[in-house]
This record gives sequence, structure tokens and C-alpha cells, in this order.
Amino acid sequence: MILNLLIAGFGGQGVLFMGKVAASAAMLMEKEVSWLPSYGPEMRGGTANCSVSIDDNPISCPLITEPETLAVLNGPSFDKFIDAVRPGGKAFIDSSLIQKKTARSDISAYYIPAATLAEEAQLQGLGNIVMLGAIAKETHFAPMEVLEEAIRQVVPASKAHLVDANIQALKLGYGYQE
Amino acid sequence: MAKKYLMKGNEAMAEAALRAHCRHFFGYPITPQTEVAAYMAKRMPKLGGTYLQAESEVAAINMVLGASAAGMRAMTSSSSPGISLKTEGISYIAASDLPALIVNVMRGGPGLGGIQPSQSDYWQATKAPGHGDAQVLVYAPSSVQEMVDLTIRAFETAERWRMPAMLLADGMLGQMMEPVSFPDEVPLPPEKPWALTGTKGARKPNIVNSLYLTPSQLEQIVKERFQRYEKVKAQEVLCERYKLDDAQFVLVAYGATARICKAAVDMAREKGIPVGLFRPITLWPFPEKELAALGGQVKSMLAVEMSMGQMVDDVRLAVNGRCPVYFYGRTGGIIPTPAEIEGQIVKMANRKEEA
Repeated sequence: MILNLLIAGFGGQGVLFMGKVAASAAMLMEKEVSWLPSYGPEMRGGTANCSVSIDDNPISCPLITEPETLAVLNGPSFDKFIDAVRPGGKAFIDSSLIQKKTARSDISAYYIPAATLAEEAQLQGLGNIVMLGAIAKETHFAPMEVLEEAIRQVVPASKAHLVDANIQALKLGYGYQE
Repeated sequence: MAKKYLMKGNEAMAEAALRAHCRHFFGYPITPQTEVAAYMAKRMPKLGGTYLQAESEVAAINMVLGASAAGMRAMTSSSSPGISLKTEGISYIAASDLPALIVNVMRGGPGLGGIQPSQSDYWQATKAPGHGDAQVLVYAPSSVQEMVDLTIRAFETAERWRMPAMLLADGMLGQMMEPVSFPDEVPLPPEKPWALTGTKGARKPNIVNSLYLTPSQLEQIVKERFQRYEKVKAQEVLCERYKLDDAQFVLVAYGATARICKAAVDMAREKGIPVGLFRPITLWPFPEKELAALGGQVKSMLAVEMSMGQMVDDVRLAVNGRCPVYFYGRTGGIIPTPAEIEGQIVKMANRKEEA
């Protein structure tokens, strides 16, 4: 498995979009890929999440319950999923929105103040893409130029003016040093 | 290579229907298939077709009947509770020898149930899609690409045999995105000399009807329809075989569950268990002969479903005692994990031969 990623946060934080960028990058690399959103009542508040699987082999189950890589963008998601990360896995935690730290020593935790980094760079609302940049750096699931192309493809034509900001956010996350 | 798109199953299926020249969609929203109606609402008017949100599922299916009777390629889509409402109309369409596509993106039942993926409408789709002696073609996609391919095929076979076809998917396939491609060109629908298109004074009127008050006449018509069903059974069965060549144990699964079973087969093979997967792609007609033959070659089979055990009935009927057939299922919207199924394979392989 190249990437087995569960992304969770509040509805409106761009959880699904973030997953779609990752999935599109995989498609550009001609990998097997699946993207599955939560579509239950949690969409209407609380946590939204999506599963992204990228592999050389066909994806059997697109639903991820025990992620190798977890990205959490709010406190409730941290509480809900941090114990589900597979031993040896990675957890990316938006430390500007989540004050807690995990006590688990069997996973690697990355505390990225993604929302704050985005805001400081005048990229309001792009904490999700900052986080994706950080994930790309640590997991190497896709090179930067492919992710940039994925953003160009996924951002809808009506919002084309946001492409550059998204790419900037991606680079910001990729370059962040804890 | 054809261009790939990253699309949700629901949207890819809707796009496939449009590319298959379907210009009449009648729907009513219900989770988890609402994207179908949303996609159709956006695209259909641009193609000069009719998208109509009916006042109810019952109305929608009867609009499909009307459009189909007039010779149009027509469809509706819904999810489990909505399909129950459509069953009266499905029976009328089958009884009127009309082609149509009905999509069921299954969710947990019975009743309103839940909205997570399920396969608990197998009995309804294959045994009683409506009242009376009737069948519908039932296609079970297992990927977003198959949502596309089988949608196109379903329109074509429905018209070839003049009977309704159902695409039996589930919430997982409807909601997930995968890369998908579309055929460059889909053949136009065939001529339909039986359609109600107006005689223009040049021919005798066509009649589309399902009411026959004389028992002998009704029996005759139903018998003729069942002769057609026999031809369908002989010609339209589709199935996939995965690692069956040397298999002593066989999983039988369809749709979303089948792809999870593939991973379980691979995991069990790493432990040295000779197991494979048999995947029915058409659920009606069911691949009876293929499973019967397989039943004579292997030690046992395990049907895996997202239900309390429905398809397993057909597996047992087909195998007819040639080997034991076990069942494992999750229901209510729970998707079994590959590890869970692998555990069941190990259990099956360790069972003592039944006396």
C-alpha cells in the first residue's frame, strides 16, 4: 500500500477536497486508487471524514477503519480516530485546532499548526492543503509536481483563481519544520 | 488509452446512462443515490432530454413505464425503501414486456433501516421484484468502472429481451470515487416496432397492456415469457473467477463484498490455503451451471454477503449438495473487513468433512 489515509475534521474544512487532491495525484501516476466519503448524519455537523487508498494493486476495500496514516483537523476527530491508527502508522494533527497530544509511542505523531500557517500566509481556509503538503513530505505518496497538477485538475473552473493559493498552501506544508 | 476520470459511482453510472442515449430519467431523491438525480438534473436538459423529479417513487416508475412504452430508453434510480415503492410498477413493466433500467443503490433494511451500504435486497431483486410470475435482469457491479459498463449493458440486454433490468449496487459503490473511463461510442438503441409511436394511419395500433382477464390467455402469455427467460438464462450469465484453478475452497460473493473477498483470498493464500473467489456478475440469471460444476471440484464454499444470507440460497440450489455451502455475513450497514473474512476462510479450511 502506497497510502492508506483517513482524513477527518469538521464539515467545511475541506476534508473531502483534500482527499480528492490526493486521489487525483494517484490517478495521474496511474496507480490504483479509491476515495470514499462518510455520507451519514455526521456530514451535517460533528465530523466528516474520507478514506483514500493508493496502491499498485487493486483496492479491495475503500473503507479505512484502521488507517496507516491519519490526518485530523479537529478535536472530536482526534478523540475518535487516534486509537485506530495502526501500530507503526503516522498521525498528522492540526495543532492550531487540537490542543491534545497522543500518549501513543507506537505511532509517529506530527503536530502541524496547519490552520494557523495558512492564515499567517493569507491563505485562509487552506489549512487542509497545508496538511496535505506535510503528509506528502513524510509519506512520499506523490511528488510535488504531481500534486500541483492534481490541484489544477480538481479545483473547479469557477474557482480557478484559487489554484495558486492552493499550490502555495501545499508548498507551505511541504516545507514546514516542526 | 481512454481518458480517465475520478468519479463517484453514482455520477459515473449517470454519465454512462447518458452516453448510452438514455434521455428520460424519472427519480425521487433518497440517500445514498441522490447524486444520480443531481447529475441528471444538471446534464439532461443540456442534451435535450427529460429529467423529472416525480412526486413519489410510485409516480417515477410509472413514468418510466410510459416513456418505455413510447419506445424511449428510460430509467429510474432509488435506494432500498424507494425500490419497495417501485415494485408495483416494475411488475407492470415486466408484464408489459417493456425494457427499462432500474437502479438500486442498496442501504441497510428492512423498513427505513439505515443509509450505510448493504446487500439485503437480493431476494427482492431476484425473487420478487414485483408481484406475479416475473423476473428482471439483475446486474451487480463491483467497481465504479462496472457501474459504467453494466449500466450500458443493462440497457442493451433489457431491449434485446424486452424486459426490465436492474443495476443492483450499494452505498459504497455509489459513494466511492475511482478512476473510470467511458466507451467512445455506444450503439444507438434498436428500432422498436412494438412501441406506441402513433400509427399515422399507416399500421395497426400497437398495444401495451398487462391485463388479461381470461386465465387461459394469461397462462399462455406468462408461459411464452418464461420461454424467453430460458433463453436469457442460456445467453446472458456473467461471472468472474479469481484464483479458482487450484482452489479447494471457494468464496462466493458479488458486488462490493466481492472486492473485499479478493483481498481475503490473497491473505489466506499467503498462509497456504488454496482458496479462490467466484463472483456472480448477473444475479438473475444466476450462474447456476458454473457453480454446479465448481461444486463438484472443491471441498466447500462460503457465501459472503452484506445481509443475513440471501444469495447463499441460490448457491445451495446450484451446488445441490455437491459440497457443503457455508455462510458469513454482516448486515445493517456494516462492511466486513478482509481480515474478518480471512478468519472465516481459515475456519472453513479447518472444518472436518461433514458426515
